[in-house]
Amino acid sequence: MIRDITIGQHFPGNSVVHRMDPRMKILLTMGYIVLLFVAANPGGLVLAGVLLAVLYRVSRIPLRLITKSLKPILPIILFTIVLNLFFITGEGEPLVALGFLKIYAEGIRYAVLMGVRIVLLIAGTSLLTYTTSPIALTDAIERLLSPFAKLHWPVHELAMMMTIALRFIPTLIEETDKIMNAQKARGAQLDSGTLRQRMQAMVPILIPLFISAFRRADELAMAMECRCYRGGEGRTRLKQLHLTRNDWAGCVVCLVAFGVILATNLVFQGL
Amino acid sequence: MAAIIRAEHLTHVYGQGMPDAATAIQDLSFEIEEGDFVGLIGSTGSGKSTLINHFNGILRPTSGKLYVAGEDMWANPKEIRKFRFMVGLVFQYPEYQLFEETVEKDIAYGPTNMGLSADEIARRVAQAARLCGIDDEMLKKSPFELSGGQKRRVAIAGVIAMQPRVLVLDEPAAGLDPEGRDNILSQVKNYHRETGATVVLVSHSMEDIAKYADKVIVMDQSKIRMYDTTEKIFSRAPELLEMGLSVPQVTKIFLRLRQLGVDVPTDVYTIPYAVKTILAAKAKKEAQV
Repeated sequence: MIRDITIGQHFPGNSVVHRMDPRMKILLTMGYIVLLFVAANPGGLVLAGVLLAVLYRVSRIPLRLITKSLKPILPIILFTIVLNLFFITGEGEPLVALGFLKIYAEGIRYAVLMGVRIVLLIAGTSLLTYTTSPIALTDAIERLLSPFAKLHWPVHELAMMMTIALRFIPTLIEETDKIMNAQKARGAQLDSGTLRQRMQAMVPILIPLFISAFRRADELAMAMECRCYRGGEGRTRLKQLHLTRNDWAGCVVCLVAFGVILATNLVFQGL
Repeated sequence: MAAIIRAEHLTHVYGQGMPDAATAIQDLSFEIEEGDFVGLIGSTGSGKSTLINHFNGILRPTSGKLYVAGEDMWANPKEIRKFRFMVGLVFQYPEYQLFEETVEKDIAYGPTNMGLSADEIARRVAQAARLCGIDDEMLKKSPFELSGGQKRRVAIAGVIAMQPRVLVLDEPAAGLDPEGRDNILSQVKNYHRETGATVVLVSHSMEDIAKYADKVIVMDQSKIRMYDTTEKIFSRAPELLEMGLSVPQVTKIFLRLRQLGVDVPTDVYTIPYAVKTILAAKAKKEAQV
């Protein structure tokens, strides 16, 4: 059913990783992404994988969730692997030659490294979204970007827009469900017919949905104005983000691990 | 008369097999006879909406069977639309389903989906509009220019235009002013009277149920607790109150009178009948004196 779509992929919990300051988590995740591209050697990527596995374990996120988040981008991974496999030319003789397609040892190496790197990239960023609620993420992004507000970037407005959008996704899904049922009761056929017919069958759902979204937006704007919302200036927060010792400890642990992974570059320099 | 809707051990569980599975209706067996005007009452969360969503196949029973006009509804799931045209369902706040450029086209949406001829569609739209008090001028307007009560009437006309043998309405009068309320409900009654269709009316207003329904189904905690004629249901006021439901105000007055030792019947639920009983009681007393 349409209601089963999960928003973001927050997996609630109370582990050390869950409780970490979302700002710190965003920064560390960014660091991890950079690391994956800098430590471009087998040893580094293996260690990066181990680090991630440990973090998943600590945050008690079941590993099967990773496969779920990898599924949609599987075609991209395969595409990258295939491209690397066939189009990287190395020194010496090709291992296999099928007409114009030649596979070099170098190509296999790059294909595997690239594949592993993308998998780690997705798994790493998923850890952030698994352990952080969308609202906490938005908050953290707003705080992290706050220096740009001095340059007259609409940071608060963007964050508010994201928060509102997130808040309305479940409401609109519910609304869509209701409208779909109402039109089905009037004999709408949504799941059969040609592509053209199906698209036409969407009109009776989309129009009421848009109208109700506009109405809700209007009502929300009114409600916000009634409560004296006037933008981000001078606004204080109910939940203040504080960096605690837990956060700094996590930061140090991760940075040390990053350092070790980087050091592998020296070891594998020759390869 | 024959049963138009018959349920056998009808059960629906939301999220079957999930840790948060919730049973919305449990093992319901009942019959609704053709031509009846049935009121469906029950407190919030008692399973009313889940039940009526089964009547035209929006929800599929988890277990149990539902027969409409003697046919098993889910014998062939591909044929479910046939039953959707037989049982017209008007959801809560149906005005949010309007989408066409004109009121006329919107009312014609259902009949068009039925694959009727243009003449037949025009005839049905005209009939539905008349029954719901929609004049020719309004038919040409955009549904979005209308007032809330008018929109509601257009939405109900859109279902009536399919000429369902059973018309199911979920709180058709919610959020309307008293006049709009009476308008809508008397139009439903007109449809019932003119076409002989069966009507199932879900309402929280005991006054409305008392005024329009011949029989009442009372639901409580996923089950049907009572199913009887309206007078018999409202004579069991204490049980209704226990379920968090109410009785019409007239009935409350008569209950109180009885408590005070006045000899009046307790199955009074409409004002005309109440007047008659009071006059009868008065005459009896004068005769004694």
